[in-house]
Amino acid sequence: MINVIFEGRCYGYFYRCIYLFKMSKITRKYFFVIAMLLVLFSIYNYFIYSAESYTPSSALTSQAIEGQELWQENNCWSCHQLYGLGGYLGPDLTNVYSNIDKGPLFIKAFLNSGVSSMPKFNFSEGEKDAIIEYLRIVDETGYYPNFDASIERSGWVKIKYKDAK
Amino acid sequence: MPNRLPLYFLIFALFALLAGILFGLTASFQYIVPELLKEYTPFSKLRPFHTTSVISWIILGATGSIYFFMSKIERLQIAAPSLVWAHFIIFLLTGVAIYISYAFGFMKGREYFAFAPVLIIPIILGWILFGFNFFRTLRKKVRNWPVYYWMWGTGIVFMIYHLMEAHLWFFDYFRSSFIKDMSVQWKSYGSFTGSWNMLVYGISIYVMSKIKKDSNVATSKIAFFFYFLGLSNLMFGWAHHTYFLPTQPWIRYLAYGVSMTEWVVLGSIIYNWKRSLPKVDKLNHPMATKFMMSADFWILLNLILALLFSIPAINFFTHGTHVTVAHAMGTTIGINTTILFSSLYFIVGNLNFSFPKAQWVTKRGLQLFNISLFLFWCSILAAGIKKSYWLYFTKQGLFSEMQEGLAVTYGAISFFGVALVISIGMIALPLVKAFIKQIRTSEPDY
Repeated sequence: MINVIFEGRCYGYFYRCIYLFKMSKITRKYFFVIAMLLVLFSIYNYFIYSAESYTPSSALTSQAIEGQELWQENNCWSCHQLYGLGGYLGPDLTNVYSNIDKGPLFIKAFLNSGVSSMPKFNFSEGEKDAIIEYLRIVDETGYYPNFDASIERSGWVKIKYKDAK
Repeated sequence: MPNRLPLYFLIFALFALLAGILFGLTASFQYIVPELLKEYTPFSKLRPFHTTSVISWIILGATGSIYFFMSKIERLQIAAPSLVWAHFIIFLLTGVAIYISYAFGFMKGREYFAFAPVLIIPIILGWILFGFNFFRTLRKKVRNWPVYYWMWGTGIVFMIYHLMEAHLWFFDYFRSSFIKDMSVQWKSYGSFTGSWNMLVYGISIYVMSKIKKDSNVATSKIAFFFYFLGLSNLMFGWAHHTYFLPTQPWIRYLAYGVSMTEWVVLGSIIYNWKRSLPKVDKLNHPMATKFMMSADFWILLNLILALLFSIPAINFFTHGTHVTVAHAMGTTIGINTTILFSSLYFIVGNLNFSFPKAQWVTKRGLQLFNISLFLFWCSILAAGIKKSYWLYFTKQGLFSEMQEGLAVTYGAISFFGVALVISIGMIALPLVKAFIKQIRTSEPDY
């Protein structure tokens, strides 16, 4: 039985190899280019998935993860941005936590009352604290807008990091 | 292959488009009157409804077109026709489930995939069925694939990969590190768009080669050069979304380099601009050709915009502003939608429909579409520039004051949005009518 399966597989591979050889030269060339791109893509993905933030920052705590879940469940990203990514009906909240004119109490006040374009959410105290904790950790990771970034002649922008290495 | 199935996909796609633009228009009114319908459908609900519907239009329009081309024009025997049914039913039921998920607030997902995350499973399953049928059908039957088969094949494979990648946040390894999580999320979105572009641009090459009756369009070395360039951009060219995330600098350097390769595409478009203008009336599919020429114009405008804001020094000022929205609208409406309309009119032509009255309406619709979209696009750009000025060149006042200062611009966006919705209705409704008529007169499926 095992032999039959084994032989069947061998024939399968054999026919696939024959099929590959039957391809025209140009098709084989295109396959080669795609294979090379896929190898590069795999290496690239490995580095992207394993790359940490350039500056050290805390991992999301369980409370922050609860805050992130609330952020997603209530579609906060529809109107607000983090690092400029999101919707544009509301302001960017990357550094709302550390902003001396705003901060945690300001965030809580908005969550309590809503504004003309923002619904009034009925969050419990624990939920509000979780959202604030999430925004605290986001704030810790960097600056946006990055007002102190420097623009170079090459078109590159050197961003300012928090606690730069 | 059942006769009617590709048309079911296309009708479903057109309804998604009509729903999507109405949701979008209503959302744009909320920029002017923030309290409008706030109790029933706040912006936070309307936006997912809008984006999901419009993305569904592109995906379903492309899928239906590809099934139609393979089975009805190329006359290929589809490997497993029953799986096409399964694909359609899965997408239809998942679409209904997503709408229910949005309506009742069962949303735990993220931007562009706001629905209950479990619904990603049937979506991926639908794509796997599509891929299985696609490769099984073409394998051994077509030698020396023209470029559009390569584009559709890679589009399907990368779509499956990036739909999974967009949900890596399920794993704590990604989720607990905010910057890594954001990078991977936006990497997947960039490539998700690249994947559907592979399908749609493949369709444009297919339709062009058939209209011109010139297979060289799809088999030349230059066609493959641009295919591989596009594929490299799909894989590596997403990071201009995240220039200002504190990721490792090499990720951003690489993104800058890869993005700049698209200047080659721009150069080629300008070089071929005059040569590519065919004499419309002499061709077999005048409406399809006119839509394709519109797409050419929109590709040029949006490519210039994309190239400019892929330069970090410019991206610095445009990121996080409506300039990004202008680019998204320009590409999804100006490029993807015009190419798909071209494809759908090409299909109608192949079904031997002649509808002179509808053609008059469609021609006027296309004129209105181009004018209103251009003004709509310019208004969004103006809003972006004003926001950027507020961000970087004034001592930031209140956000609400900035929004109030943009009231006239938002009014213009909504006004041209209304014209755009009317024009899309003028173009899409005759198509719906023609497809329904074809379904009624064609042989039933068993």
